[in-house]
Amino acid sequence: MAAVATLDGIALGFGAGPGRALVLEHLDLALEAGQFVAVVGASGVGKSSLLRVLAGLIGPTAGRVALAGAPSRQRRPIGLVFQEARLLPWRRVLANVELGLEGLALPRAERTRRAGAALELVGLADYAERWPYQLSGGQRQRVGLARALAVDPDLLLLDEPFGALDAITRASLQDELLRVWERTGRTVLFVTHDIAEAVYLADRVVLLAGRPASLAGSWTVDRRPRDRGSIELLEVAEAIRRQLARSMPPTDRAPEYQI
Amino acid sequence: MTVGGDPAAAASGPALGTVGRLLPPLGGLVGFFGLWEALARAGLVAETLLPAPSGLPAAWLSELRGGYWGDAVIGSLSHYLSGLVLGSGLGLALGVACGLITGLETTLSWVVRVLRPIPGLAWVPFAIIWFGISPVAVTFIIGIAVFWINYFAALGAVRAVERDLIEVAQAFGHGALWGRLRKVVLPAALPGMLSGVRTGLGQAWMAVVAAELFGIPGIGARMMQAASLLATDLVVVYMLTMALLYGITDTLFELVRRRALAWQP
Ligand SMILES: Nc1ncnc2c1ncn2[C@@H]1O[C@H](COP(=O)(O)OP(=O)(O)O)[C@@H](O)[C@H]1O
Ligand SMILES: [Mg+2]
Repeated sequence: MAAVATLDGIALGFGAGPGRALVLEHLDLALEAGQFVAVVGASGVGKSSLLRVLAGLIGPTAGRVALAGAPSRQRRPIGLVFQEARLLPWRRVLANVELGLEGLALPRAERTRRAGAALELVGLADYAERWPYQLSGGQRQRVGLARALAVDPDLLLLDEPFGALDAITRASLQDELLRVWERTGRTVLFVTHDIAEAVYLADRVVLLAGRPASLAGSWTVDRRPRDRGSIELLEVAEAIRRQLARSMPPTDRAPEYQI
Repeated sequence: MTVGGDPAAAASGPALGTVGRLLPPLGGLVGFFGLWEALARAGLVAETLLPAPSGLPAAWLSELRGGYWGDAVIGSLSHYLSGLVLGSGLGLALGVACGLITGLETTLSWVVRVLRPIPGLAWVPFAIIWFGISPVAVTFIIGIAVFWINYFAALGAVRAVERDLIEVAQAFGHGALWGRLRKVVLPAALPGMLSGVRTGLGQAWMAVVAAELFGIPGIGARMMQAASLLATDLVVVYMLTMALLYGITDTLFELVRRRALAWQP
């Protein structure tokens, strides 16, 4: 399988001089076409930073980011979904979905058509003329997903997209995302701190750990459709949890004795 | 295809509420003029010191027939609009620029501190030296009166734009300055900028009268002439004219503002 995106020896530091702290180091990752990859890691470990590097929002301190797709004026290589939806409150739902299309060489009618199709895909076609404040948290997140899908990206990056939702909405959006993924065949990189969510969704789960952080393990999960409570998923989740505990720096680790 | 309730409809309440809302301010106005009329009629004060409201319509009519009222209103309105547009436009533009470019704001910070406390009226001598007794001089003074309000409103509003939204612009192909400005910074800062403009609407009327006192035809000049003839009823007519014009401009602006900010809950 061809890699859609490759990270090669990535290091990332913020600030300059002696006070500079490396967040990522020696990080290699290849995303294969059509794969659903989840990145898990503790909060603050550098998951969002990794996505920003992949999306080209920040340049890495060292290493190389390579995207396979040919440059095009009709689409964008990457669609990004954020944790807090981040819709533009002054735009109606449809106009929000059109945001990424506005810089492309597309006639107006085609823009509207593509945005409408993306809204349809997430089941919000009837909400096109709503303002964002009139939507629930789950609906907003679906509009955020539609906005990312509308640019027809090779790679869909999601940064803890369901982290702020209640458990019931989260479960239904997880299934919706799987449905969209199966229908569109995109390559997905899904960041989460929820191991159960990662093993339920992904073909491959990678663990980001350490300070500076790098990949500390990779697990594949094969069968679909999946049952949230299946032994197989629980076993993979347990393996990830053990590896996570092992890769914690000693100061963060729970005391090894008990009183 | 409406889904769920319309929050706007729920907030406005039944039609009877409109009358209920308009009644108290109307009563206040009637009471105000009634008290004034009573004071004037009681003969406690001379008529030139406090003209009775009942005499005002006649004074206004004769002023209107002579063509003075129309000319004064048109003159002042044109000063007002040109000064307001120029002062607000430049103030907003500089405020946005300083909000975006930290270096510019730092460079100008002491220039701002020097110029900011000088009131519009203090510029009158220079306005007259530079532009003569002309409408341009009035426009200049009014422009200065609203410039700073708009500058600070825009600066604050641009500074307060969420970084997260700017990242959205970047992620969706609008990372360059113009795209960022048009897609995120300006719309996000619009509410703050519009409140600056609205504050300026009132300030500008004050500046109009003050600037025209120096003889440039308009409401202020006409008030000065009337006062020198002790025609205090005319002075009051023009005071009320100004109040009316301010009321109209502010109401119109508020309508536009509400429309422009329909996206706010
Ligand atoms: N712009 C920045 N400047 C300085 N430090 C940053 C910046 N962004 C993130 N960091 C630091 O990088 C680390 C990783 O952050 P982040 O990628 O947001 O973690 P995660 O998404 O896994 O919670 C944190 O310690 C954070 O403080
Ligand atoms: Mg994060």
